[in-house]
Amino acid sequence: MSNPQLVMYDEEFQEINDVIGRLLKEANAKVIFLVDKNGQLISGVGETERFDTTSLASLTAGNIAATGGLAKLIGEKEFSILFHEGEKDNLHISIVGGRVILVVLFDGRSSLGLVRLRVKKSSEELSTIFEKLMKKSEEREKRGSSEFPFAEITDDDIDNLFS
Amino acid sequence: MSFINYASREINCKIVYYGPGLCGKTTNLQFVYQKTAPDAKGKMISLATETERTLFFDFLPLSLGEIRGFKTRFHLYTVPGQVFYDASRKLILKGVDGVVFVADSQEERIDANIESLENLRINLKEQGYDLDKLPYIVQYNKRDLPNVMTVEELRSELNPTNVPEFEACATTGEGVFETLKAVAKLILIDLKKGK
Repeated sequence: MSNPQLVMYDEEFQEINDVIGRLLKEANAKVIFLVDKNGQLISGVGETERFDTTSLASLTAGNIAATGGLAKLIGEKEFSILFHEGEKDNLHISIVGGRVILVVLFDGRSSLGLVRLRVKKSSEELSTIFEKLMKKSEEREKRGSSEFPFAEITDDDIDNLFS
Repeated sequence: MSFINYASREINCKIVYYGPGLCGKTTNLQFVYQKTAPDAKGKMISLATETERTLFFDFLPLSLGEIRGFKTRFHLYTVPGQVFYDASRKLILKGVDGVVFVADSQEERIDANIESLENLRINLKEQGYDLDKLPYIVQYNKRDLPNVMTVEELRSELNPTNVPEFEACATTGEGVFETLKAVAKLILIDLKKGK
């Protein structure tokens, strides 16, 4: 398969939230999201309840995929940073570690320069965490799927979902 | 690929509805959206042209409930069916966990069905997937129309490997949930195997 399965554990989830929580403060941003390239929301901090986070994640991934397609057409590997400027709010979207998407929403209280600077630093930290996460998943896979919560589910469990 | 989050105890999976232009992929999603309780669904997003042809994708997030303490979430996507949107179709297949091929049962659309199915195989292969190894369902749509082929005829052309298949009429909703349940079930069985 092209991409190994993404599995998130408590420890790394906490570390990730610490990093983006700090970024939220340092960049003076309103909301920060982390999205898988497949469109799944990984985490979010800030005024998340004001937004439809699921839709936001899916459209961000679509956006990154579309611009990635454009990049390939002109011979680039990818466009690693996207910036959308609105009347009040702006979106800074960047790819972290080639696998996840970092979305920073900010307004006039911050600036593009500040966001770019802070994102750069946080991206490195996030890359390290995701690398660790991938290694952990691979190791667990090698050991077999015995720890996997779904290994024990029965056909009845699945049927019950649809009853 | 599905995303398992131990921290929030969630499992997220992606289902893609594929098929030729105007076969009823968006209509499938619209019916699911209309008939799902508000607390189990998110907003449906359609990136479409002014004439309501899908331009990039439709998206519908659904929660099915819990299995062993894990919330199961399914993200339903459609692709744009029109031939010239191939670049967009490839993008939407990224990270897919299960595929529904929606066929247009009308006689005059059989060539379009075959072309779209071949295109699905090719595009999946480019992403490193094999259709024969993915959770995969075929839906024969528009069974209510007068000029449809028989299911046997459609099967011999479109479902030689005999994957689960359903007759449907997406505008009235017949077969829509049966299709969705079947593909969701196949995905969960795959997860159970630890794939």
